[in-house]
Amino acid sequence: MIATRNIDFYYGDFHALKDISMEMQANTVTALIGPSGCGKSTFLRLFNRMNDLIDNTRLTGECLIDGQNIYHKSVQVDELRKKVGMVFQKPNPFPKSIFENVAYGLRVNDISNKSFITQRVEESLKAAALWDEVKDKLKKSAFELSGGQQQRLCIARALANSPSILLMDEPASALDPISTSKIEELIYSLKQDYTIVIVTHNMQQAARVSDKTGFFMLGELIEFNDTKKMFLSPEKEQTQNYITGRFG
Amino acid sequence: MKHTEKELQALKEEVNQMWKLVLSQLEKAKQSFLTGDVEMAREVASRERRVDAFELKIDSDCENYIVLYSPVAVDLRLVLSLIKISITLERIGDFAESIARHVISGECSPLDPQLVEDLQMEKMFDILIGMLSDSFVALESENTKISGKILSKDDEIDALYHNSLDVLTNYMQQNPAFIRCGLKTFLLIRKLERIGDHCSNIVEEIVFYVDAKVLKHFESGESKI
Repeated sequence: MIATRNIDFYYGDFHALKDISMEMQANTVTALIGPSGCGKSTFLRLFNRMNDLIDNTRLTGECLIDGQNIYHKSVQVDELRKKVGMVFQKPNPFPKSIFENVAYGLRVNDISNKSFITQRVEESLKAAALWDEVKDKLKKSAFELSGGQQQRLCIARALANSPSILLMDEPASALDPISTSKIEELIYSLKQDYTIVIVTHNMQQAARVSDKTGFFMLGELIEFNDTKKMFLSPEKEQTQNYITGRFG
Repeated sequence: MKHTEKELQALKEEVNQMWKLVLSQLEKAKQSFLTGDVEMAREVASRERRVDAFELKIDSDCENYIVLYSPVAVDLRLVLSLIKISITLERIGDFAESIARHVISGECSPLDPQLVEDLQMEKMFDILIGMLSDSFVALESENTKISGKILSKDDEIDALYHNSLDVLTNYMQQNPAFIRCGLKTFLLIRKLERIGDHCSNIVEEIVFYVDAKVLKHFESGESKI
């Protein structure tokens, strides 16, 4: 389970997240929605401590994964990131072969057993619904794949380290409808084994893939509810105004 | 106002127009039944096609709105409600037409005025017309405070319907030649009772749209959401 307790986050003087408390159950998909700059991506990046890479930031409150505060000084960030995989908006394969892209995470974690790596690459590509399309060209460059395939390759790369949590920051926004549909199907099937948190600007996508939805605005969590409830009868007027396009 | 909101307003306006037409159909069905005015009954029968056309148009326009704009939350609830309301209005229109056709056939029309009075049919018509016009106002004003009052009127209709069975039984026992017309009259009253149910369904749809509450198949005050 993932949970945050009274999280406040600052970029310098800018108060980006304000007193955010929420819980995400294991094996569920949680969608984070809200206008640009509302804090949803900042919130997502808390869970693999990506925000640590940005200068002059400050965090208060607790961010818990399976009961452990991941910002405690005893936590090894490298170990945390093995447990928490991330997929970005634009597919970002490495200039390597398809096989090496997936094997990369294992190799940097000092795994050298060849048969284990081969097995794990195959499992990850299968889990990312890409195996059938690439099994005969694993040595080819990842750049030869289509955008949708590249994104699934990045998902396979994230899965190779056997994480329990998968963070996705607008994973389908740069893809065509067919590739988007494949990613959404993948998200649906992956939740059997992973806890998924996805940031999306696509409201229909949030409705299609998630169990719960959190609506952020100006750094505040306005509403966190079952997705069905959120899109049929949201409790907060601000949520309704946003999802029906009545803002602005 | 955004163009999506204008489209929604246009949908609502179409349903309003259909509502006014059905209300007028019911009022004229009442008048023609109580007075035996065959001309007025013919007018009701011929205007039924307009009611049907409204239903088809609204159905199609709501489908288009869903396809083009993927509404959610209050917008989705409104479109879903409008689809169901237009279907229900069409059924009420059907009942108004069949009352009119009863008058046109002339077989059992007009009825003995004393029997009509004992059956309280004018009162039934008036309650139904009130339910239909009050629910129109509820949707227009998006105010569901009067929903309980409208729903309670359906109980009055049910009571009058059950009472009519005793009244008609007595009347037929005293006038055996009236049995066929008595049965036809009971079928008409049954239609009025069904109109009451349909008016209740409309109110439930308005509550679903405005308050996001599901009243269907629940006791008063209890809801799913």
